[in-house]
Parts: sequence; C-alpha cells; structure tokens
Amino acid sequence: MMKTGAEIVWECLKREGVKTVFGYPGGAILPTYDALTKYDIHHVLVRHEQGATHMADGYARAGGGVGVAIATSGPGATNMVTGLATAMMDSSPIVCITGQVGSKLIGTDAFQECDITGVTMPVTKHNYLVTSAHDVARTIKEAFYIARSGRPGPVLIDITKDAQQGSTRFEWDDSPIRLPGYRPDLSPEDKEVAHAISLIKNAKRPVILAGHGIILSGASDLVRQFAEKTHIPMAITLLGLGGIPASHPLNLGMMGMHGEAWVNTAIQEADLLLAFGMRFDDRVTGNLKTYAPNAKKIHIDIDPSEINKNVKADVALVGDLKEVLEDLLPRVEQSERADWLGYIRELKGDSAVRDIQNLPDNGHLYAAHVINDLWHETKGRALVVTDVGQHQMWEAQYYHHDEPRSLITSGGLGTMGFALPAAIGAKFSRPDAEVWVVVGDGGFQMTMCELATIAQEKIDVKIAIINNGYLGMVRQWQEFFYDKRYAATPLVNPDFVKLAEAFGIRAMRVDQRHNVIPTVESARKHPGPVLVDFRVEQEDSVYPMVPAGADLHAMIRRPSPIYETGEDE
Amino acid sequence: MLNTLAVYVENKPGVLTRVASLFRRRAYNIESLTVGHTEKPGVSRMTIVVDTDEGGARRLEAHLYKLVNVLLVENITENASVARDLALIKVGAKADQRSQVLQLAQVFRARVVDVAIESIILEITGTEDKIDGLLEVLAPYGVLEMVRTGRVAMARGIKGATPEIATGNGTRIAVFEEEHGVSYSV
Repeated sequence: MMKTGAEIVWECLKREGVKTVFGYPGGAILPTYDALTKYDIHHVLVRHEQGATHMADGYARAGGGVGVAIATSGPGATNMVTGLATAMMDSSPIVCITGQVGSKLIGTDAFQECDITGVTMPVTKHNYLVTSAHDVARTIKEAFYIARSGRPGPVLIDITKDAQQGSTRFEWDDSPIRLPGYRPDLSPEDKEVAHAISLIKNAKRPVILAGHGIILSGASDLVRQFAEKTHIPMAITLLGLGGIPASHPLNLGMMGMHGEAWVNTAIQEADLLLAFGMRFDDRVTGNLKTYAPNAKKIHIDIDPSEINKNVKADVALVGDLKEVLEDLLPRVEQSERADWLGYIRELKGDSAVRDIQNLPDNGHLYAAHVINDLWHETKGRALVVTDVGQHQMWEAQYYHHDEPRSLITSGGLGTMGFALPAAIGAKFSRPDAEVWVVVGDGGFQMTMCELATIAQEKIDVKIAIINNGYLGMVRQWQEFFYDKRYAATPLVNPDFVKLAEAFGIRAMRVDQRHNVIPTVESARKHPGPVLVDFRVEQEDSVYPMVPAGADLHAMIRRPSPIYETGEDE
Repeated sequence: MLNTLAVYVENKPGVLTRVASLFRRRAYNIESLTVGHTEKPGVSRMTIVVDTDEGGARRLEAHLYKLVNVLLVENITENASVARDLALIKVGAKADQRSQVLQLAQVFRARVVDVAIESIILEITGTEDKIDGLLEVLAPYGVLEMVRTGRVAMARGIKGATPEIATGNGTRIAVFEEEHGVSYSV
C-alpha cells in the first residue's frame, strides 16, 4: 500500500493506540498536518510547544501510555527542549515529532532550520533524524518501543519535509524493530537476590525507600505486600507519592528536604535501606557523606547506571522492580520488628503540635490549610497536578494520595510552568478523573497561555492558584540563607480572576479560611474549567527543611507555637 | 588512572557525537579516542582512553550501555592486551644530519616514508612510551610536524569480542562479573 511519509506518521500513531496528540503546526511539518485531515486522531492545538510536551508528559504519567507532541522545525522544536528535559529527568515516556527542512537544505542555515537532534541529544533517551519516507514507519515503531520500555523516557523524531512528502510502500508488520544494542530486559543474578534476602533477614532497623519506579513498574501492590510481610516501614520520594496509600500504617510519608523529621531520622538511624526504583537524588539524601551511615543498601533499579552513582550499594539488583519483587516476596521471611516500629512512632514526638494544621485560624489564609481542605473536600480522590515550589511541597505534605498516578509533578528537573499543560494532558488521558491544578502565582504565569487551549478544547480542569505574591520557594531561601534580601522575588500579578474571565473561564477569589470549602465545592459542581485565586499568607515557609547539602538529620523545624525550640540538630 | 575501553557501536550517523557528548555531560575527560571499522559489517569499534577511577569507569560503562547504538563495552585496562599508537613525524634533517636521524629511526624501528631536501617523515607504530621516546631523541633536530592516531587496543587470546548485529532483541551477553559485589547481566 503506497503512502506518503506524512500519512505513514498517522498510520503508525493509530497502530500505537494514539488517540490524542498535542501540537502546533508550521512550515516544515505542514505535510503531516495536511494528512491529519484523513485520520481520526484528535489534535489539541496548544499555545506554545513547551505546553505540548508537558501535555504529552501529563498524558503519559496519568494513564501509563506514551504521550505524543508535534511541532515544526527551528523554534517549534527548540521550544520543546524544556519539556523533553522534564520528561527525561522523571522517566516519562513521550514521543516528540518535529518537522525538519528538506534534506537537501540541511546544513545551509535554511529558514527555521535547527539541528534539533544535536540540541536534544542530552535530554532524550534517544532521537532520530529521518530523511526518507521509507524510514518513517520503522523509526516510529522503534521510538515508541524505546520510550515505554526499560526505564521510560522521551524520544524525538525529526522528519525532513521531503521525507513527509515522499511516497513509499507502507507495511506496518514489515517494519521490524532492530535495536541490537538496546537492553531493556535486565535481571539480577540469583546469588545477588539470595544476598539481599540474608541482609533483610538480619536487619533490625530497615527502611524501604519507594520511588517513582514503584509506579512506573506497576509494583505498588507488591511493595505494599513486601512491607506488610516483613514489617518494614516505607519512606516515599516525591514522585513515589500515591504509589503506597498515604493511610497505610507502614507508610511513613515523604523523605528528603521537606520530609517529616521522623522520616528522615528513621532513614539516618536505619541499618538497612531498601531502595525500590529510586535514585538517591540530592534532594532526598542531603549530605552524602553522612547519609544513613550505619545502613547497608540494597538498590533495586532497572537502570544499571544508577547503581553506585550517588550512594554505594551493598547489593544491586538490576531489573524491573515488579519482576524482582515477584521473585523476592515469597522468599523473604515474615517478621514483626515491633521495637523498630515503636521507636519510629516515638520519633514523631511533638511534630503534630508543630504542624501547620494546628496554627490558629487568625484571619490568615495558609496554603497548607487550602490544600488540606481541598484534600478533604475531594476525599483524596482527585488527580492533582502541581507546579514547582512551595505549593508543590505543601501539596506533597497535606494532600494525602492513596492511588498511584494521582499526583503528577515535575520532580527531577523542577520545571516551573509544568502544571497547567500537564493537567490538560492528564485530563485527556483520564477524562473521568477530577483533575486539579495546584500552582503558584509564579509558575502559573510561565504557561498561562494554555488557558486558551483549555477554553478552546473545553477541558474540565480546576485550577487552584496558591497566590502569595512571591516566587515563594526562592523567597524562603532568601529568608533562611540570604538574610532576607528579597532580590527579584516579589511579584506584581495580574488580576487572575479577570484574566480567566477573559478566556471565558469561570473564576473566583478566596482570602479567608472559611471560604475555602464552599468555593472548592462550587468549583467542583461547575461542569467546566474553574480558576480559584487563593490569596494566601505571603511570607510563609515550608517546614521542616534540610538545607541543600546539609546532613539529612539537621533540619530546620517549624517554630513550635508552644515550645521555645527553634532549630534542632 | 587511565582506563582503556573498547566500545563497539552500530555504524550509524551521529554515533560518535552521542558517545563524545556522553563523556562531556557526565564530566569525563577523554584522553584519546579512535574509531574505525571492525571485521563485522555495520559494527565500528572505538578505543577510548579516559582518566577516571575504577568506580567512575564502571559507571561510564553503564552510561555507555544506555546509548541505544552501543553494542558492547569492554574495559580492557586490566586485561592482557596489545595497545598501539601510530605517529607520523616530520623532522628537520639537512644532508649532514640525515644519517644520524636515519640511525635513530632504525633503533626505534620507525620507517622512513618521505625524504625531502631538508626534512624526513618517519612513521612509527608502538606504545605511547616508545613514540614519546623517539620524539625526545628527535627533538634536537627539530620536529616540524607530528600527527598521532591515539591508542588502539585489543585483548590477547583466542576470544573474538565483536558482537554481531543480530535482528531483533533478546541477545543477552554476560558482561559484568560479580567481583565488586555488584553484578548484573545484560
């Protein structure tokens, strides 16, 4: 069957099960857009290509499939770089298709020419330049396979205009994947598994560190069963939240820079750490030299390059977490560990008193209250997409996620502007989910042009702007570490309510605690997008906090309203 | 510590950039890099010399494997292997000095590949040390120009290492041994 390269793009996407793509047309990708008219694939017209990549990312993270973004050559393609880097750092499977100038023009500095495969090499799992229609089908097949297998990640396919226009015989089944150097199917040696089992058996104070891998590998249930059988408490990374129900008695909560004090203390005092699909990021370890000094480490990860990268492993089990745990679970011994669990309960100490939830409601609106009320009101069942900064940490602390893929956030790269577009993608992936965007006033303004996409596509997402008039997290660092010199952090914002209304989006403003729940209620009842501008306390900080590079147990605690304790070590 | 890696890659456009870019972004410094065809069609081989410790070299291997076009990585630093560098050296030699230069060349088993009125080009193959030695003794005559290939290396013994480009996936080659308490097969 003869097809043009452009038609083959859509034929392949259809066969990969793609129903929605996010993109922005332009000269070099026009043949592909022209062919789109013949296919039943929904195209979401974004307002900026960065948005398209975050949408594809949100789509992938919410539903577990591969997200697709399309852009033209040159500036269209370079606008995708941030989204690719975001997906790369958080192992999110997306495929980006970009147009390229005709193959005869490559290297001539033609109009809108940019070497995007060269530019994106460090921020993609793999990328391709396709210069002939003949190679389109095989390349797309390989790209999807690479994106979703092994440790997932973004793949970019740059297709020249003549490759889109040229015709060739299209046979999907005759496009075999030929990737002789690609090994997504690693598995550990049995003697290493046996070694791990003996370490687990002898551990008195073990802690499981559950990361994004438990969700990506679909191993949530197995991790929970493993913890229940061995009575090992679990600390969760930011991207692992939701993978284990927050309400589970063995779930300690989030670890790291803004993890609760008892969680980090438990890690520091552990004699065995079981790292499940996590990569010992500096935000979870603090100072590596003093990190869990008495603990042996068992590191299970699908990516061999993560082993011994930051923390030296005593046993490394390289493979798919689900497969490894299927092997490990029946072989580990049942145990109780009542002393250790009791000790961790003691560690909680006065943290409940220090909790911001217990601050008096004296007319101030605290972001933590807003998020906690949102959690309450949505019964913890919303799919929350957050941006980056203070609100992101408060969300992680006060919205208690019980389901995998119910929190989507940019962890590794920390991309401000991620939330709004990622939520659009998430909604397309899971149309039945109640999607809430929790975003700061700073990050919102980075990609707020996508409000137009929301309006055009009539997408039912609810947007909660945690508006404190500052780039809050940077302000907090300036307060703690730069003697309150607030260089370039105060924001003069537009009227977000009027702004939303200009897009035809319903909007409300809240500045009192007692209005939070009624407003959330009314937003939930409205059958369409709603934006709520929460005017919160301007100079509030996220506690506890481990300063960057400090020892994990040396955290700045929230000043207690009762006790006169400031910092403790 | 200098590590020598033999890296087998698919012979495709951009592969050299992918490998070089990996070294740069993971902050490894390449001392020398050579690349050329192997006896298997479609497979190229790079010999890369990099200054890093043992842990760094192991992480580098794992990072290299993440490149889709990389077929096999072997750290042959500790293996019994043959390593060679090739140099072309243009040395100033007027008629009265020519015989002395030729004599030195003979001692180092360098070949004379060009003789001009005031200069000679020598070709020498050997370890880096040997070539450095020749350069040192030629220095008084004036080295006018020099080009070196960088190290190529091959493990001794009967075992051929170059992987086939098989169709499809699933080829599993045991590469890492358990020696360091961390083992996995690929």
